[in-house]
Amino acid sequence: MQKVNRLKPFFENVVFEREDNHMIVNFGPQHPSSHGQLRLILELDGEKVSKATPDIGYLHRGMEKMAENMIYNEFLPTTDRMDYIAASANNYGFALAVETLIGLEVPRRAKVIRMMILELNRISSHLFWLATHALDVGAMTIFLYAFREREYTLDLIEDYCGARLTHSSVRIGGVPLDLPQGWIAGLNKFINHLPLDIGDYEGLLDQNRIWKMRLEDVGVVTPEQAQSWGCSGPMLRGSGIAWDIRKEEPYELYNEVEFDVPVSTTCDSYGRYKLHMEEMRQSIRILKQLIPMYEQTSPEIIAHAPSYVSAPKEQIMTQNYSLMQHFVLVTQGMRPPVGEVYVATESPKGELGFYINSQGDPYPYRLKLRTPSFFHTAFLQELLVGEYLADVVAIIGNANIVFGEIDR
Amino acid sequence: MMRSYSDKQNVQKKPYFSDRYFVAPQIPKDVVESDEIFTNDLSVLKAKFEIKEAYIQRGQLVVYIDPKDNVAVLKTLRDELSYNFLSEHSAIDWLAKSGEFEIFYQLLSTSKRKRLRVKCFIKEKEVLKSVSSLYASANWAEREMYDMFGVIISGHPYMKRLLMPDDWFDHPLRKTYPLHGDEVAQWYEIDKIFGKEYRDIIGPEERDSARIDVNDTYRFAHLNHEVPFGAEPSQEKTFTDYQEEGGVFIVKKLKKEDAKIVKERY
Repeated sequence: MQKVNRLKPFFENVVFEREDNHMIVNFGPQHPSSHGQLRLILELDGEKVSKATPDIGYLHRGMEKMAENMIYNEFLPTTDRMDYIAASANNYGFALAVETLIGLEVPRRAKVIRMMILELNRISSHLFWLATHALDVGAMTIFLYAFREREYTLDLIEDYCGARLTHSSVRIGGVPLDLPQGWIAGLNKFINHLPLDIGDYEGLLDQNRIWKMRLEDVGVVTPEQAQSWGCSGPMLRGSGIAWDIRKEEPYELYNEVEFDVPVSTTCDSYGRYKLHMEEMRQSIRILKQLIPMYEQTSPEIIAHAPSYVSAPKEQIMTQNYSLMQHFVLVTQGMRPPVGEVYVATESPKGELGFYINSQGDPYPYRLKLRTPSFFHTAFLQELLVGEYLADVVAIIGNANIVFGEIDR
Repeated sequence: MMRSYSDKQNVQKKPYFSDRYFVAPQIPKDVVESDEIFTNDLSVLKAKFEIKEAYIQRGQLVVYIDPKDNVAVLKTLRDELSYNFLSEHSAIDWLAKSGEFEIFYQLLSTSKRKRLRVKCFIKEKEVLKSVSSLYASANWAEREMYDMFGVIISGHPYMKRLLMPDDWFDHPLRKTYPLHGDEVAQWYEIDKIFGKEYRDIIGPEERDSARIDVNDTYRFAHLNHEVPFGAEPSQEKTFTDYQEEGGVFIVKKLKKEDAKIVKERY
């Protein structure tokens, strides 16, 4: 005979033979930490996750389908919408893939400007990550601080290209504009102050008991898991594998600047937090080296390749033949050579790869996007098992998933 | 008059003009012997499997294999040749040309700093073995490939559509799939939410996301002709000037009629 109380009622014909603490929780898509589209079907044993099934929603934008039905230049601003936190990284990844496809060498000044924008974008992406992650975990102050500094990076990017969210600040073959007057001074001011701000964040969080309890030993990613699940970026380096594409397969001028690749050996969320902070410092270091490099370059900002890239604007406005070529490139699009490339770049979230199969038409025959968040979300089904429900929030926030990248 | 011919096998966008005499250049394919590490990798593979073609393109080794060997080849590459990452895996649709899918596995070796692409061709209904037991990252990549192309995978732990609903008809990334969705797609949401009997009442789904209807008072407001939500559209001018009862301290009432509109700048 069972003991009867309010929580365990007694029914004449029903015998409760086992403690049934299993429950299925649909975590999201409305949960504020599910970042918009993620629905996690969690099977809970008490408060412990025994099975997790990530289910991605229906954004249904069909990026790859659009890419295969747009000329290359048309698709470039569309890539902004993938990882909208770091739009330039996507623009750049696509531009670099097309340049590799047609074998184009970009002028040195364009390379420097691209790297500046990319690193600024990395800082703004990491700041955004810190802010939203801290908010998920329950730290409001840090959110306000990090967003303030993120605004400054966006101001700089806006001064350069006029947009704050969807930058489209890179062109196939170079960059559209030179840096405006006084931009370098603004950048200098910003990067001289940012280390102090990062110090403030760390002062608030590093020894914060709540922050440490919520993050330490939570979401441990072993190197084997990271390799098998195709993790990249901070998720990979957070598991102790020093692999940064900028360092290992340098593109642009990353082999000319000095920077370190931070690695976390604790493999947990706290380690990844420290890693993001260090990466921002390294980005500042790169930016500091880029400023003198910019001044030594000659003013060309776009490659001279008439069959693929339009001439600079003043030439189009003054020379008839440039105008004709420009007209053909805009209306019909360029026709790259037949072949295929896979180009990977290190976006703030990890390895962003563009696979292009070209059949010589203005439209790519197949364009496959490899986005880091896609593989990180898939990984959740293994990462979350054995964690507690409250930690799920911290882990999702820590994984830095952006859904524009997943449901392409 | 003859009806103009349209290729139903490939309904994707095509250039409206092509120069008959234009021959697209090829990206050069280098011989594998030009790279030491790749030469070694290829010889290990050749000793065990049938390699149909191998070359280096833009610094990456491309290897064509028999689709039946895919798991064994990837196992060798992972365990013996230390290609520890499967960074991407998907298909290319050649159904119109040869009735085949081209499958590619994009691999990365962090110790050798090399990228390699394993490729194979399979027929439309042919079954491909899953490699998700070797590389967990193939788990979702294969689900996505099935969803988008209809490539059939065997041995996958949870083969379910990833991006599209479970009952979606057809596979959107095929070249035969129309850009604005097929016949079935336009009724999908109406059937699902209201039921088939409401097709006549509601009509097919509006697939032009940029379409604006002036007379649609549910979704759009016609400026200066505003009416309540869902009411009949009206041609009568509405005046929306607003002023607090009794006025606001300092703020003067703004009369739009009194405002002067500059016709020309400068």
